[in-house]
Order: sequence, then structure tokens, then C-alpha cells
Amino acid sequence: MNKIKVTMRFSANDITIPVTYHLVKDYDLMVNILNADISLNKIGTLVADLAGEQENIEQGLEFIRGLGVDVRIFNKNIIWEADKCIHCGACTAVCPSGALVMDKTDWSLTFDREKCLICGLCVKACPINVMNITDNGE
Amino acid sequence: MAHKSLEEINEKIKKGIAVVVTAEEVIGIVDEMGPKKAAEEVDVVTTGTFGAMCSTGMFINFGHSTPPIRMTRVWLNDVPAFAGLAAVDSYIGATELSKTRGMEYGGAHVIEDLIAGKDINLYAESYGTDCYPRKEISTTINKSNINQAYMFNPRNAYQNYPAACNMSDRIIYTYMGTLLPNGGNVTYCTAGCLSPLINDPEYRTIGIGTRVFLGGAQGYVAWEGTQHNPDQERGENGVPISLAGTLALIGDIKQMSTRFIKAAVYQNYGISMFMGVGIPIPILDEDMIRKTAVKDSEIFTDIVDKSGHEGVIRRVSYAELRSGSVELKGRRVQTSPLSSLKVAREIAALLKEEVKKGEFTLTQPVAGLPRHNTVNKLEIRGNSNE
Ligand code: SF4
Ligand code: SF4
Repeated sequence: MNKIKVTMRFSANDITIPVTYHLVKDYDLMVNILNADISLNKIGTLVADLAGEQENIEQGLEFIRGLGVDVRIFNKNIIWEADKCIHCGACTAVCPSGALVMDKTDWSLTFDREKCLICGLCVKACPINVMNITDNGE
Repeated sequence: MAHKSLEEINEKIKKGIAVVVTAEEVIGIVDEMGPKKAAEEVDVVTTGTFGAMCSTGMFINFGHSTPPIRMTRVWLNDVPAFAGLAAVDSYIGATELSKTRGMEYGGAHVIEDLIAGKDINLYAESYGTDCYPRKEISTTINKSNINQAYMFNPRNAYQNYPAACNMSDRIIYTYMGTLLPNGGNVTYCTAGCLSPLINDPEYRTIGIGTRVFLGGAQGYVAWEGTQHNPDQERGENGVPISLAGTLALIGDIKQMSTRFIKAAVYQNYGISMFMGVGIPIPILDEDMIRKTAVKDSEIFTDIVDKSGHEGVIRRVSYAELRSGSVELKGRRVQTSPLSSLKVAREIAALLKEEVKKGEFTLTQPVAGLPRHNTVNKLEIRGNSNE
């Protein structure tokens, strides 16, 4: 079983095709949608984890590419140096996905890797430079 | 009404029997016992804050070389320091940028590296005099081979601070963090009910000469801070609604710890320094226990548009800001802190232990902080300006 994280960009016309339904039914993939934004302009963005047999993942990706959807596989990773973090919260101001939130009890930063879109905004927003973006994927 | 003198409180601290609590803990105690009883029980309330404070810097004396130099221009790790003082005295400000690395490294990093025990490159120039013939020097310094090195921070521990948003249609990068367009987020920057001057809003116990926790060391209040503005509008509890009192603080960097002082870089804005400040407040009477028991729901500030379009948008309490979202022009918007409540709590707790153990005794101010002052604006005078 393999798992990859992808962003899919649709043009307005493609939105009607039930992409995730086909991925689940025809390619036996588990699709976990992490973020969906189809309201913005004419382009819809879907961020999802795809899990299943390697072969099925590859065929599934081919199928969506065939529909004219722009698919990108995340090959970067966010590294949080937790032991150096001062828990100021500045990064939570820019995180678009809710991956970075303050724990309301002890006011420490929490990082939910599953929700991370690897947008890199926190890397620049962190004043003490403990958020890093790397090239070697998960 | 019961009244305790500072001497009595210090006597109890020395005997190890003083009752010391943090400014968060005191809230529950007063709720439970009422202020009268609580004022008798509690002797000291400790406060803490850990936030970016730009008006921060360090005096340093390098010692004399042979032959000696009267330094007129000084760089530390390529960051310019002020040298218009005696031969080997200098001052480096936290926000000064490196000549070679720009916004990536600056005065705050030099100070943090020095505290961490690292070697710092010193380069200085001079025009040479009969008594100071050397014209140039290049060497390394660290905290054990220099003479005095102490922070002298002209403005720390702002009593309150406006929260920020951005009503323009583009993202802006500010000292209040990254602000999203169209009022997309709100940032705020105080420790609220733990913050030192919020707990002594009328400066009854904090004044010139007060011993404080500064960056892990014991430091002192040297003076009122720059832009000290005690005449700011206040709530019924005496707590100012916006920018008000400030403190100028001094402390020996050789005693400090990088856990409580940290260089910071704000994207497209520049460099600042997280300073850890904590002040113990003696509970002299019922008035002081009431003041220290202030809650986040009773401390207010304004949300200000940092893009300069709209000014003050609305007033909020720190309890609302801490809740994670506030209403802004009919929409719920996420709020994010910029100062670390976690480390502020750590400072208040550490100070509590130090006072309990008798390692930190309280001081009577030598002189009070001004209760009235006008903050002037800089007018553009003369006709040489366009
Ligand atoms: S901005 Fe940096 S230091 Fe502050 S909480 Fe986020 S990761 Fe930690
Ligand atoms: S890269 Fe950072 S800001 Fe972007 S989603 Fe991940 S955690 Fe949030």
C-alpha cells in the first residue's frame, strides 16, 4: 500500500466530473480530501491523499490527467524544529489550511502534518526561522 | 484595611514563608476568597511577557588593545554598531541590519550569539590620534574576553498594544506579522493578564530602580521608557485601552539565557528581538490584589488597520482575541498571537520559584514613573521639505 499527496487543479468545465468517485470505484484508491476550494475564480483546487496499490495510483493519476486536470504530486516537505520553537503563533496567522494552530490550554503550537498543503507561507512568516521546506518528499 | 509594607514582605521571602503566585493563579484565588482575604494571604504576584521589542540594544566595552585604538566606526559580525562614545565603548541596536547579509542577520542576532557564548568578529576603524595611534583592528570577541556588556533597552514591556488587521486589497508584511487582505486575519501582541504593567496599571509598585527579570538575568528599571504615555484612555479598572506606559530596562547580558532572549526576523519588515520580561508585584493592600487579579475579559484594545486605510476598526477584549476568532465587519476572522504566552507563563513561574526561594527579593522604587506625560508628534518644519 502506497500513499501520495496531490493537488489537482480543474478548470471550471471539469468540475462536473466526479473525479474522486472514479478514483475510488475504478481504481480502488482511498481518497482523503484535505482541502477543497472551488469557489475561487474559475479554477478549482483539490488537495488530497491517495492511498492504494502503486499500480492503481499510477493508473488513477493517468485517468485524471486524461481529463485535462493539472495534477501535481507533492515532493516537498515541511520540517518544524519543534524544540527551537518559541510558540509565538505568528505562523498560525498565515496558515491557510489549519495545519498550524495554537493549543488553547498550554498555548503551544501544534502542527497537523495531514492538513499541510506545503504552501510554504509559514516558512517566511516564522520570525525565528524554525519552519523549513525541504525537497525530499514523505 | 490591612496594609503590608515591602519590608514585611521581604522579611517573609527571606524566611521562605512568603505566599507567591502568578498573575494567572491570583485570579482564581481572588474569585474564591474575595479580595480582602486574598490580600492578607498573598504576598507577591509574578508577571511575565515574551514578545518582540524593537527598542532593545546593548552597551559593550571591548577592552584596550596594544597599541590602543580610539574606535570611530565599529562592526560586529558585519553589523554596524554605534561608536560615538569613549575609545572602546560601543552600542549595538537590535534592529540594525548586517552590511553583508541584510535582513537575515542583525544586531539582535549579534546579541543572541554573544549570550550563547559564540565568537563574534569585531572590526573597527579610527583616524588615529597621538594617544591612540592604531587605525584599524580586526579580531574576535566573546562574552568572557570583553568587559561590561549590558542591555539598555529604551522601550520594553509596553503596557498594552493595539491588535492589527489589513483592510487593503493586498497582503502586507508588518511588525505585527503577515496581514491578509480585506481584513482576512487579526494579530495581537501582549501577554494580557500576565503582562507586567497591566498588573500595576497605575505604577504604584513599579518605578525607577525596580528589580526585574530580564532575559533570564536580574535587571532593573532604569527610567520611564520612550513614548511613555500614562495619559492614555483607561477603563474603570485603570487598565489603559491602548499604547500607554513603557519601561527602559537594563541588565547584564553575561547572566542572560537564550531561552528568554531571541533574535527575530519579520518578513519584508526587518529585525527585532524577543525579550523576556517579568516583574514581581508586592501585594501591599486590597487595591493591589484587585489590580493583579485582572482577567483577559477585562482588558481591552483596539483593532487597527495597518494598511492605513481605515484607522481603528473596533474594540475587543483579550478574552475575545484569545478565543481564536473575532467578528470584523460582520465576518468571523481568525486571530493569531505574536507574543508567546507559553514562554510568558514560564517566566512568571520561574520568577515565582526564585522569589519563594529567596533568590529574588523585591525593591522599593527609588522614584516613581511619571503619571502624566505628553507624547509629541514629529512635525515637518521648514520649507526645504517637498
Ligand atoms: S512562528 Fe515559528 S516560533 Fe512562532 S510558533 Fe510558529 S514555528 Fe514556532
Ligand atoms: S506549509 Fe505551513 S502555512 Fe502552508 S499549509 Fe503547511 S503548515 Fe500551513
